[in-house]
Amino acid sequence: MGYFIESLAQIIGREPKRPANDEISIKVQEIHKYKKANKITLVKLEAERKANRARGEASRWLKRRWAVLISVNLLFVVSYYFDIQLLEGALTASRFVGFHMADLNSSLQVMLAFKHIVLNLMIGTVTVFILWLLLGGRTFCSWVCPYHLLSEWAEKLHLWLVAKKIIKGYTFHRGVRTFFYLVFAALTFITGYTIFEAISPTGILSRALIYGAGVALLWVLFLLLFEIFISRRAWCRYVCPIGMTYGFVGSMSPLRVVYKPELCFFGGDCRTVCLVPHVLDSTIMGRARDEIVPIGADCTRCGMCVDICPASALKFEIKGIGKAFDEPEEKNTARPE
Amino acid sequence: MPDKTKLKKTKPGKALSGKRKEKARREFLRTSAMAAGVLSFSLLGFLPVVQGTSSRLRPPGALKTPSDEKDFLSSCIKCGQCVQVCPVEAIKLTDMNDGIGIGTPYINARDQACDFSCDGLQCVLACPTGSLAHELDFPADSRMGFARLSSPGTCLAALGKGFKGQARGPDYKGVLRFDEIDRWNPIAVADHPYDLEICDLCIRQCPIEIRITQCAEAEKNKPAEGEKIARVAKKIGNECPPVHAIAMEEVAMPNGKLRMLPVIKQGCVGCGVCEMICPLEKPAIVIDIHKITNLT
Repeated sequence: MGYFIESLAQIIGREPKRPANDEISIKVQEIHKYKKANKITLVKLEAERKANRARGEASRWLKRRWAVLISVNLLFVVSYYFDIQLLEGALTASRFVGFHMADLNSSLQVMLAFKHIVLNLMIGTVTVFILWLLLGGRTFCSWVCPYHLLSEWAEKLHLWLVAKKIIKGYTFHRGVRTFFYLVFAALTFITGYTIFEAISPTGILSRALIYGAGVALLWVLFLLLFEIFISRRAWCRYVCPIGMTYGFVGSMSPLRVVYKPELCFFGGDCRTVCLVPHVLDSTIMGRARDEIVPIGADCTRCGMCVDICPASALKFEIKGIGKAFDEPEEKNTARPE
Repeated sequence: MPDKTKLKKTKPGKALSGKRKEKARREFLRTSAMAAGVLSFSLLGFLPVVQGTSSRLRPPGALKTPSDEKDFLSSCIKCGQCVQVCPVEAIKLTDMNDGIGIGTPYINARDQACDFSCDGLQCVLACPTGSLAHELDFPADSRMGFARLSSPGTCLAALGKGFKGQARGPDYKGVLRFDEIDRWNPIAVADHPYDLEICDLCIRQCPIEIRITQCAEAEKNKPAEGEKIARVAKKIGNECPPVHAIAMEEVAMPNGKLRMLPVIKQGCVGCGVCEMICPLEKPAIVIDIHKITNLT
């Protein structure tokens, strides 16, 4: 239950809860004590990073993820262009070999606006709900959303500009995403128009890819420029209700990244590459509670931390499969349901 | 981002130092400004809605009464599956400058009208949210708009003129289904020249009028009493034959003279084929979506 509540709290914008001393298991306290006394030297850390890169592990998940993201989006395009009817529609709603699929946030907006649910939409919504429940919720963001990919490139540019001291990056309060979520839902319900859809770069890009470019791409361009020059990953971090909807789904998902403090060098590399660094709060010295810490549901399962970690302290895990032995006792009772 | 990590270290309950307080205050102001910006931009989308109903022709099943546009806009999930199934590619998606309706389907009848080539209302069947489905079972049951003879003064029929050649010129890309060539597969209008003594293109190509002819044919070749007939051939309501949509009639002009004019009838579904096929530079007949009528 703790994981579930903490995940939801982080999704709606609360800062991660720092564990009190008695919340940290004895074993982990010992690990922290030992690691503090035997800090890795910068030279050794650099060597480990180099070794990780040399093993080809520093971009393993990135390559897989980009391949999946591009394939899914191309499948829509190819399917329409060659009329092979494999994946018809766009990311908001589609049919995969005739079977209905509907984006959870889009269908939620339609339900709020229309106040009436037809069977096909229900089928599509339930199918997609089960799919992302199994695959990790916000996995949609980093593995499917076309805006995520562009935003990743904008982020690279932003970080480069910041490193060169050409610009200064600004942050916003993460709680504003909850504000947007509620306001968009309320406006949609009251006015009967799915107003978020009108500005959603995910929908705009998906349709632009499939049906051709339009004026709406200027809005996407504006968002990218904002992210390059003003605030890193601003849309995904502070605005997008799609991510929030999938975050809620992900809180019940068995697929997640887990952290093992025993292996950690405490170099903090993972938090520098992360879209949602608050989920990696446990990787700060003294913050982990258990020997295996599941990363919160706001995590997009992009695998960047898994890639960059030179110590293999962060790994993908499917809860309940092959991990039953080294799971601490408390975790067995802490079922998300 | 350094300011973020610093903020994170702040323990709840512990009094904030002056510098941190200032930082938190600034972040709050920045966040408020950003929220206001994004929200105002999203509200811009309402402008066309506030101005009145859309002037776009929607696919079959979107409308039946004028107020249906609101239901249509609220239920459309903007996936474009209707666009993908249309055999004549009549359906397009609106862009951001169309306001709240971004990504919703519309038809530009002059470029390519819906001629019900699919015969089964494929767009309605493809729609996952029921946005295109106002209890529609067959083409004649739809109400996209209503045709109007907007400039009877230029109408070739009214002037007693005929028409010879390609209805929309050699470069026109639009397609239509010509019953006498192939009932199921549409061909380019440019590949089907006409030679008419009196121009009656709007009546000749009207999908509803074509359907009435087909129904009459079917009636002639009717199976014997008691023999089983296919479900689609069954007579249900307005399906077969539908109510007339357009006819050439003698009309008294204000000056007392009698003239032949295309007259729009109750059965018009507003598909826009008449507007599409009219050979004039500026069509003499157009679709009026604000005058959607119900069959009584």
